[in-house]
Amino acid sequence: MSVIVLLTQLLNGVQLGVLLFLLSAGLTLVFGIMNFINLSHGSLYMLGAYFGAAAYTATGSFLLAVVAATGGSLLLGLIVERVALARLYAREHLDQVLATFGLILIFNEVARVTWGPSSVYIDVPGTLVGAVDLLGLSYPRYRLFIIGVGVAVAVALYLLIHRTRLGMLIRAGASVPTMVGALGVNLARLNALVFALGAALAGLAGLLAAPLMSVQPGMGEPILIVALVVIVTGGIGSIRGAFYGALIVGIVDTVGRAFLPELLRLMLSPSLARAAGPALASMLIYLVMAGVLALRPQGLFPVKHG
Amino acid sequence: MIRRLCVLTAVMLSLPALVRAETPLKIGFVAEFSGPQGALGQDQFDGFMLLVERNGGKLGGIPVQILKEDSQLKPDVANQVVQKLIERERVPIIVGLTFSNIMMAVHKPITEKEVFLIGTNAGPSPIAGAQCSPYQFIVSWQNDTQAEVVGQYAQEKGYKKVVALAPNYQAGKDFVAGFRRLFKGEVTDEIYTPLNQLDFSAELTQLAARKPDAVFIFYPGALGINFVRQFQQAGLLGKLPLLSTSTADGLNLPAQKEAALGMISGTFWGPDFANPVSRQFVEDFEKKFKRIPSQYAAQSFDGALLLDSAIAKVRGNVADKPAFMAALKAANFKSVRGSFRFNNNHFPIQDMHVFEVAKDAKGRISLKTVATPLKDHQDPYHTLCSLK
Repeated sequence: MSVIVLLTQLLNGVQLGVLLFLLSAGLTLVFGIMNFINLSHGSLYMLGAYFGAAAYTATGSFLLAVVAATGGSLLLGLIVERVALARLYAREHLDQVLATFGLILIFNEVARVTWGPSSVYIDVPGTLVGAVDLLGLSYPRYRLFIIGVGVAVAVALYLLIHRTRLGMLIRAGASVPTMVGALGVNLARLNALVFALGAALAGLAGLLAAPLMSVQPGMGEPILIVALVVIVTGGIGSIRGAFYGALIVGIVDTVGRAFLPELLRLMLSPSLARAAGPALASMLIYLVMAGVLALRPQGLFPVKHG
Repeated sequence: MIRRLCVLTAVMLSLPALVRAETPLKIGFVAEFSGPQGALGQDQFDGFMLLVERNGGKLGGIPVQILKEDSQLKPDVANQVVQKLIERERVPIIVGLTFSNIMMAVHKPITEKEVFLIGTNAGPSPIAGAQCSPYQFIVSWQNDTQAEVVGQYAQEKGYKKVVALAPNYQAGKDFVAGFRRLFKGEVTDEIYTPLNQLDFSAELTQLAARKPDAVFIFYPGALGINFVRQFQQAGLLGKLPLLSTSTADGLNLPAQKEAALGMISGTFWGPDFANPVSRQFVEDFEKKFKRIPSQYAAQSFDGALLLDSAIAKVRGNVADKPAFMAALKAANFKSVRGSFRFNNNHFPIQDMHVFEVAKDAKGRISLKTVATPLKDHQDPYHTLCSLK
């Protein structure tokens, strides 16, 4: 019985993990390759959710919603990168933080003006409604679908980065950008491409989260903070690091939330456990990150250079 | 000469009185109008203005000017707008207030200036007890009572084991405490989630594994929409009775839709009430705003009815504070909830009901009255209030 509960909670953790992975993949590439801090990555997640929700409401097709969410945020990412962010690559990190923080405010306000201050909700697509029976515990079919999509994207990204010419350029650009530039590769175009790819994945993550959670202005910020924890834990610039980091953070967070209060109850008085449990559970991922930073400052799965 | 001067002086002295008759009575309306919680304040405002407009811009036969202010769910902002209303606009009455923490921030600044505070939503326990003021008139409810009625219902249903979930902040703990007060069974677990957590996968799995007789939740606003939808997605709807406070309300139901069917919610009023005041209110509100009024609109409508009755009684002279206070305390009006009277702490003594989420006659998802577990119910704090 409790083994099944543990397995189900692990599944919940993996589901949160793959969602975080989709968001962290773009963030880590942009950070690792362009040495650029993009706080507005969460806005692309939010706008992807809005684009997808609008398309899903209008057409009723989840496939079209996926196209709208990824396509919309890809285009938006391209525009933002070309118009605003490309000018900031050579600047200090503080300037980048300031500029992308400004973008967050702008995008949140745009979402508020366009779609209103109240949350938008979309339904789980018809074929994915309901729950499947996992040895006595029911598990939502849609959450299994998210895990499937996340793993598929992870495999595709792995192949892209390690098996294609484009991936080779991305890896090379991350290690020695000047040399790649000297070899005649258009770095600006490469950067834009990487940025847009990350934006599309963020948009996809936003759409996948939409039937579970409300789509609302500012929804990108809380999850962006967790995504930053993911890439620091996993190792900045590494897709592999983002994948494992996301799974670790997802599982630690979920399992901590589920079992830590009970565990504390065995050791502390009920009222103290009730107060400390939720507080400690929500700190757990940051404690893990702090531990990783102390023992392996480069992250658990850093980029292999050379 | 002296006589003429006297006449002139008399005319001049009467001028302010003449001018005063022309200028409408100013009333401040403070609520949450921005952000995701803005819908709450808007419903409060719409409910209040429904009566003002039906009366042709008057309350108690006196023209009124409503000054709408957004407290933005920030205590400092709320304090600023209240100060502005009292000092610059010199309003004798402030209506509204949405959240308990905002109410606590402005309660003292308003009442110690001897400005009348007509609360149409938040009813935190301190102002129902030791910190009560004769200038407060709360027409909604004391927070705890909305959960107590659900606890009493769970008791009557014979549930033995209940798991309670709420956001990890003061109001969350208050509502769970309210539920426990009248429920004699065992609350096997209290799960508190961070206020910004929107994904409840871990908690729902724990819930499914525990198999309690029922679940009690307090998840206001977007939290409640997310929880209820995920509860249904996890296949728990219909398997576990879902009892709630401030979760399946008129604002959340349009988003929760079928996912909320069968949910139980406790409060003081529902749109299916048969008394003529309520029927007329629901009809007018739906005609004007094309939606089912929420309890927040109903509370504020009652707030307007209360002011209407009291202002009429003092013939618009709200500056006579003892008389106006007595008129408010008398609460001589027909409420949407039927009868209405104030307790010694100026909170209502009222029946508390339990509702089930069901389709109404027009096929819309709404609230259906199923039971009245608490009759003429008083909040547990009124004995701590020194008012008689």
